Amino acid sequence: MSNKVELVCPAGSLPALRQAVDNGADTVYMGFRDGTNARNFPGLNFDERAARQGIEYAHSRGSKVLLALNTYPQPHNWPIWTAAVDKAAEIGVDALILADTGLMRYAAKTHPDLRLHLSVQGSATSADAIAFYREQFNIQRVVLPRVLSLSQVKRVINETDVEVEVFAFGSLCVMVEGRCYLSSYVTGESPNTCGACSPAKSVRWEETPQGRNVHLGEVLIDRYGENESAGYPVICKGRFWVNGKLDYAIEEPTSLSVLDILPQLIEAGVSAIKVEGRQRSPAYVGQVTKVLRQALDAAEANPAGYTPLSEWVAQLDKVAEGSTHTLGALERQWQ
Amino acid sequence: MKLSLGPILYLWPREQVFDFYREAADWPVDTVYLGEVVCSKRNALKLDDWLQIADELAAAGKEVVLSTLALLEAESELKRMRRIAENGRFMVEANDMAAVNAVAGKVPFVAGPHLNAYNHDTLELLHELGAKRWVMPVELSAETLQRIMAGLPSGMETEVFGFGRLPLAFSARCFVARAEGLPKDDCQLRCIDYSDGLLLESQDEKGFLSMNGIQTQSATTCSLLDDLPQLREMGVDLLRLSPQSHGMAQIVSLFAEALAQGSVSSERSEALEKLAIGELSNGFWHGQPGMSRVGDVD
Repeated sequence: MSNKVELVCPAGSLPALRQAVDNGADTVYMGFRDGTNARNFPGLNFDERAARQGIEYAHSRGSKVLLALNTYPQPHNWPIWTAAVDKAAEIGVDALILADTGLMRYAAKTHPDLRLHLSVQGSATSADAIAFYREQFNIQRVVLPRVLSLSQVKRVINETDVEVEVFAFGSLCVMVEGRCYLSSYVTGESPNTCGACSPAKSVRWEETPQGRNVHLGEVLIDRYGENESAGYPVICKGRFWVNGKLDYAIEEPTSLSVLDILPQLIEAGVSAIKVEGRQRSPAYVGQVTKVLRQALDAAEANPAGYTPLSEWVAQLDKVAEGSTHTLGALERQWQ
Repeated sequence: MKLSLGPILYLWPREQVFDFYREAADWPVDTVYLGEVVCSKRNALKLDDWLQIADELAAAGKEVVLSTLALLEAESELKRMRRIAENGRFMVEANDMAAVNAVAGKVPFVAGPHLNAYNHDTLELLHELGAKRWVMPVELSAETLQRIMAGLPSGMETEVFGFGRLPLAFSARCFVARAEGLPKDDCQLRCIDYSDGLLLESQDEKGFLSMNGIQTQSATTCSLLDDLPQLREMGVDLLRLSPQSHGMAQIVSLFAEALAQGSVSSERSEALEKLAIGELSNGFWHGQPGMSRVGDVD
């Protein structure tokens, strides 16, 4: 794998797409404005016109465009997903990012020339699982769930001829993506069914004598004191009681960042690194893309002499959840 | 409709597991799923032990299915999964596409609850590859199931999770080790102390989740006891009862009675409420948040 590692950046809107392309993204990924993708948030994503404009903008500057159709259609809404596959093929995206096996089957049959990527929501954590999707649908790339250690990522790469993409920066899913029903347990809506985790319409803030409470549905996710800065109530980043101790029982508010191990990822043979955050602002996308472009270029030019510049770290931490970062499962101790 | 006993999702002492299945041989369940689905470190029972239990249950007239691990990461876990896939005697419940890959086109299998089958096209493919049964993902509703069953490949059986703490998520991180202040690699198998999971409560002291190693479960116990008439009318083939550490014989009896009588009874519901480890919920089945309880017979 001597090809250069591809930098894949999020585009939740046309301005964000331009920021990503202008700051050095090799590839951007986007979704349509409905439940067919895992960032189905109000005001976000692309209608057909914006999608065509985005593709034109990216292609004219040498960047590729991927379209995420990575939620799980059910019988009553199946035609919306297949129509989205057809539309994506028609407007000329460079690849589809799919999670659902049935939809992959439809796409592979109907558009045999369309390149398919297996979404992180497809939960493939081993070369054996990847082989299944390769044999059935000829997928060209897999996005690995954020549950593997660096050595496990290496082994997967060695054992498959499918390109491997890993997350480089952004919000950290603690659970295996595509297999988490925490959100629907509390709100009725999950990433799999609705493209939403902890949806905003289920969030309720409340000032109480004990502090500022934030509920998701009926559940108190966290309570903040006067001087504490409050975060968005994602279930896995709340503070709960376990064994008489109040703490972040699942995970602290923090972002994933692989800045420290870029040379190892390159050496391992990853084909692409991905920035999370289609729900974030164009400014965020521009900032993160710029830093990762510089870092990736530096790591590729001189892997042995690579050290992350302190300004990169500072710039990324400034936009990170909880203003701090982690390697997540890539580092064994985190697990 | 038949009853099945899901795999034990917790770490119980070896003898307790053997005792549990010795008793289960006499329970009114048709199918028993065996094996470790959650964590590969829980290896007090080897494959040969599971096969021995399987033989005993089969001799007692049960259909036995061997379940595979849901989250496969290490090479050793994949090896174990392949050995189960190739056991040659008992049907396999595939809980990951790696396991589907191992059995596809070779032997009939059960498409487990962790495979994400949400529509006809997915089920058709699984059926073509040899799935004779599928277990509905727990977050789907009766309404969705009705639509799916209307176009199910012919001969494919449907199983629904009908009792137990709901498996909601898996992670690389072990939350029991984290709560105990231990690294996962040196977890000392502390899950042994939490035979139905470790309770996680919100700050207003309400039970919310139950941590079962790398798996997160609901604190509530899902029960579709009051929904049995509907399940039967829909043509659901099997109802899965997920084991808890105590009272399982009575719980199975309550469901078997309800099936035999074909009706809902408030006495049975109250009896189940007393036996269940968590408060009862059935929200997912009714298209509501999973933690809610709909249609209380009171």
